[in-house]
Amino acid sequence: MIHGILGIWNYWIVIILMMTGLFIVISRHNLVKKMVGLTIFQTSVFLFYISLGKVQGGTAPILTGYKDSLYSNPLPHVLILTAIVVGVATTALGLALILRIKSEYGTIEENEIAKLNTEENSK
Amino acid sequence: MAEFLINGFLIFLLAIIAVVAIRSIKIFSTVMLAGAYSLICAIIFVSLDAVDVAFTEAAVGAGLSTVLYIAAMRHLPKREKVVNDNTIFAFIVCFGVGCLLIWASFDLPVIGDPMAPIHQHVGPYYISNTKPDMGIPNLVTGVLASYRGYDTLGETVVIFTAGLGVLLLLGDGKNRDKNE
Amino acid sequence: MNDDPILRVCTKIIVGPIILFGLYVQFHGDYGPGGGFQAGVIVAAGFILHSLIFGLKEGRKLISERLNLFIMILGVILYGGVGLVSIYYDAEYLNYSILAHDTKHGQHIGILLIEFGVGLTVAGVMLILFHLFSSWQGEDK
Repeated sequence: MIHGILGIWNYWIVIILMMTGLFIVISRHNLVKKMVGLTIFQTSVFLFYISLGKVQGGTAPILTGYKDSLYSNPLPHVLILTAIVVGVATTALGLALILRIKSEYGTIEENEIAKLNTEENSK
Repeated sequence: MAEFLINGFLIFLLAIIAVVAIRSIKIFSTVMLAGAYSLICAIIFVSLDAVDVAFTEAAVGAGLSTVLYIAAMRHLPKREKVVNDNTIFAFIVCFGVGCLLIWASFDLPVIGDPMAPIHQHVGPYYISNTKPDMGIPNLVTGVLASYRGYDTLGETVVIFTAGLGVLLLLGDGKNRDKNE
Repeated sequence: MNDDPILRVCTKIIVGPIILFGLYVQFHGDYGPGGGFQAGVIVAAGFILHSLIFGLKEGRKLISERLNLFIMILGVILYGGVGLVSIYYDAEYLNYSILAHDTKHGQHIGILLIEFGVGLTVAGVMLILFHLFSSWQGEDK
């Protein structure tokens, strides 16, 4: 029983983290906080991939030289390794956009920006 | 068994950090919580055998992205203006999607199951052929650089493009501080 | 710019080892954890620490903006260029086996070269991101 729960425990927490990130993205108006929410969402996906690649009793995928060693699957590691670095590059791009929005509108709250835009359009 | 308990505890810590990050009003503490979140993620990656990924997450997620956030925070308001106008809608959406995903999670293979579909496809090929093909012991490097070299070329170009994008957005001459 | 003597002295001591560790991670990536992505970030972190303590201007004296851009571009060109070399020798794009007389040896050379390209690009991009964010003066339009 306990092993059954622990076997899919990671998935459940990953889902909770994913939904936490989504909740921040939908409900908060502050753009920096939205970026943090996206980061949480993204990292939960990384955790999901790495959890899938785990083999019980296996070791890190670096060859040990012993014939009967069991290795975890290296493929998800490769995909996520590159995704993390790309993730920080896209986060930086988002932050740069936020800085430009701040200097253009004077605020980074989404609802205030929307209000400014409607005022601009109605003029 | 012990590794599953450690893993379960650490990943539970992550959930607590994420919930605190929702509730904090100060942006600065949210950013620092995101850094702590990345560090704990890195520890979990070590316990799940992904040493290369843990290395990257600790250097990039916890180190550099926090530095970038703080550098950007210099020009941004320090506090969030709390407006709770669509919290209930967001909660209903997230709760619904979460329930559906948890329902689906019962069909996923148990973590660590060596007979799971992911371990039957190209994974065993990479594990058994990296040494004869390239003679290097780190399978992740072998797959990253040689078997999936196109993929990595694309990722490198994406990073380069993101750097150029930030250069175009922030690099214009009149707003730069040349004397600092 | 920080005038705290403890920070300045510690930074002077620690920046060299950080960059050296980055190079170790870069060239030891075939045998242990590591590779171009991590090494690029670590080398960039060394230079970022220097710029944080001694100021952006001092940091730009070490690596000018022009050199930084050059490093970024050189990394991508090195990666793509290795692929073109293998086409020149009548193999598929990014097939490193052709780079030396022995297949394994060729693969090894190819992996080292393209990891170095990745490392250069990542280090250059991370460094330029830090400098752009830190030198941005948004308020005075």
